[in-house]
Amino acid sequence: MTLKTIIKATVTAAVLGAAAAASAEEVKIGIAAEPYPPFASVDSAGNWNGWEVDVINAVCAAEKMDCVITPVAWDGIIPSLTSGTVDAIMASMSITEERMKTIDFSDPYYNTPAVIVADKSMDIEPTPESLAGKIIGIQASTIHQAYANEHFKDAAEIRVYQTQDEANQDLVAGRIDATQADSIAMADFVNSDNGACCEIKGAVEDDPAILGKGVGAGVRKGEDALREKLNSGIKKILDDGTHAEITSKYFTTSIY
Amino acid sequence: MTLRALLQPHRIVMMALFAIFVIWCALSLRWDWIPQYAPLALEGLWRTIWILIVTCILGFLLAIPLGLAQAIGPWYLAAPARVFCTVIRGTPLLLQIWLLYYGLGSLFPQIPWIRGSDLWPYLRQAWPYAVLALTLSYAGYEGEVMRGAFSSVNKGQLEAANSFGMPRFTMFRRIWLPQAIRSVLPTLGGETILQLKATPLVATITVVEIYAVSSRVRSDMLIVYEPLLLLALFYLIIAGVITLLFRKFENSVPSR
Amino acid sequence: MELLSLSPPGWGGNLLRGLVNSLQIAFGAFGLGLVIGLFGAYGKLYGGVVIRDLLGIYTTVIRAVPELVLILILYYVGTDLINKAAEAMGYGRVEISGVVAGIWVLGIVQGAYSTEVLRGAIQAVPKGQMEAARAYGMPALLVMRRVTIPAMMSFAVPGLANLWLIATKDTALLAIVGFSELTLETKQAAASTRAYFTFFLAAGALYLIVTLLSGVVFGRIEKWARRGQPSLRAGQSR
Repeated sequence: MTLKTIIKATVTAAVLGAAAAASAEEVKIGIAAEPYPPFASVDSAGNWNGWEVDVINAVCAAEKMDCVITPVAWDGIIPSLTSGTVDAIMASMSITEERMKTIDFSDPYYNTPAVIVADKSMDIEPTPESLAGKIIGIQASTIHQAYANEHFKDAAEIRVYQTQDEANQDLVAGRIDATQADSIAMADFVNSDNGACCEIKGAVEDDPAILGKGVGAGVRKGEDALREKLNSGIKKILDDGTHAEITSKYFTTSIY
Repeated sequence: MTLRALLQPHRIVMMALFAIFVIWCALSLRWDWIPQYAPLALEGLWRTIWILIVTCILGFLLAIPLGLAQAIGPWYLAAPARVFCTVIRGTPLLLQIWLLYYGLGSLFPQIPWIRGSDLWPYLRQAWPYAVLALTLSYAGYEGEVMRGAFSSVNKGQLEAANSFGMPRFTMFRRIWLPQAIRSVLPTLGGETILQLKATPLVATITVVEIYAVSSRVRSDMLIVYEPLLLLALFYLIIAGVITLLFRKFENSVPSR
Repeated sequence: MELLSLSPPGWGGNLLRGLVNSLQIAFGAFGLGLVIGLFGAYGKLYGGVVIRDLLGIYTTVIRAVPELVLILILYYVGTDLINKAAEAMGYGRVEISGVVAGIWVLGIVQGAYSTEVLRGAIQAVPKGQMEAARAYGMPALLVMRRVTIPAMMSFAVPGLANLWLIATKDTALLAIVGFSELTLETKQAAASTRAYFTFFLAAGALYLIVTLLSGVVFGRIEKWARRGQPSLRAGQSR
């Protein structure tokens, strides 16, 4: 009967899936499942590329690790690390005190300031006074959300997006007045056809406690072996010029 | 359920186990964030309920003509109504919400006069799209139910009313509609619970309802289970209230 | 239009790949749901008081809590449990593929609805038929296989058809957890090319095709299941 075939198919699928998944030695590197150019974006063939993807591959090559890039939803990326879906996060995640309570970080592999982007015609400065009464779009679970909640919350309306890409779209559509995000990603955005409406209005005042000390690779607490390996990989590519070489492919200035 | 039904030995054991589970949750999970997020959660809860009520009422009002058109309308009304119901019921609600929000959002920059219009302050918000998408969805499902209800009303009564010279609209208002509504009442409670279960999807377009608040807690506190369990409890309570309300409502309407 | 072409740089291939993933998950979840539903229905009808109460809680909770919330809870609970079990057995962390996780979470949700559909269908089978089979000394399993299941099929098929459609549409929710099924692939394509309308409409058309084709297939199954019976049309819901 059909029921039997369905059961059989389900069981086989489950067993095959588990078996295919159980192969060891692979290091699953978690990245956010949406385009975040120029750090990571996906082409129509399903391949991920960008600055961060190149760095991941370089670090893994330097340490002879068998890395598999695994896209997961950004707002669940830390739980997916702690629950074992991925082994490390290399998704432009800043090293912050708050996150260090739950996971460990490698040494930083890049560091860029946070900027405010808004429509060219708008006279906006990256200060709470200037943003009063405006709508600011922010990506959920980012340092920018923490920063906006601390510094802009009383003055402006904060709208939270699952991905920065959605915030950018609503900025283009005029549904938000401004967005706060990473300077490099935003430079890429305002230089694209899509982001031609807008320009960078400047960097927000630094708040190291919230904005953190640069971007590092996140690993589960206590997995020091993997953390050390990533540290040594990052050091190697910084020392032998690979990091600079990759950077020059995408940017005109150093971002370390 | 009477007290005696609850006091059967196995139910007492199960309730004791459940109590132990609740106590374990209370003691070993983190709840210290509740005071901080309680105001936000109440706001979110209110928004969930508000969206639910508004979209159910609007959707039902829309469902009546949809059902009527399919049941007795001429083909040029019946066909579009049927296509509408099929499309709504045949595609995921999430896709419909995204099509409305991001699809229209990507059109607005191309049409300058919309930005100048008086409607623009509303079109910038996310909730009009959420309400529209959920209303259309409810109308699509309920329209199909109403079609069945209209066709199942006893033809003899209509013929009798007709032969007494009752105007068509009075006939519809006094005989047809009340009977159709009475026959769908038992399904209405279930449909409303299904609508409740659809509301968290609007969190993906930045509407801050109760699900969005729980996501916020999850990402701020980097905890997984606590907000989700509490959220599930909230939905259980709301669904329970809906069931009770509809049962009362149904009992107050005389049945044949 | 060239955005939709099947080979890169068109994104049509991605959508189709997403569709295959969606269908795979929907099929697995529907199957798992049927298995759970069959046990659940029998448990609810013939089980002891404890089993009946537990199943009552299961179906009530699943049907009252949004699928999205259940998916998140089951996803994290599932991965946590499997990892704990694997660690206890000394395997270290186990990777769970998206398809398997999707089947597991949606299957449990489907199971609650299947339980109700199948319970109703079993109850609709005239008691005398099962009693007659038992009176001839048929073992319980044989009664189930030869009498109950074939006889209830005609009552169950409309409800199951509905469940299958729910399963295909619920796979879209996995997009929020980050599985690359049809809806997420669509969003990625749309975000990368800025052609939101094109891709969302294309994905809508794909879902609609699946729905309509399923309607035809289930219509055939229903006709077959109901051979020799007077026709009846059951109401439909979500």
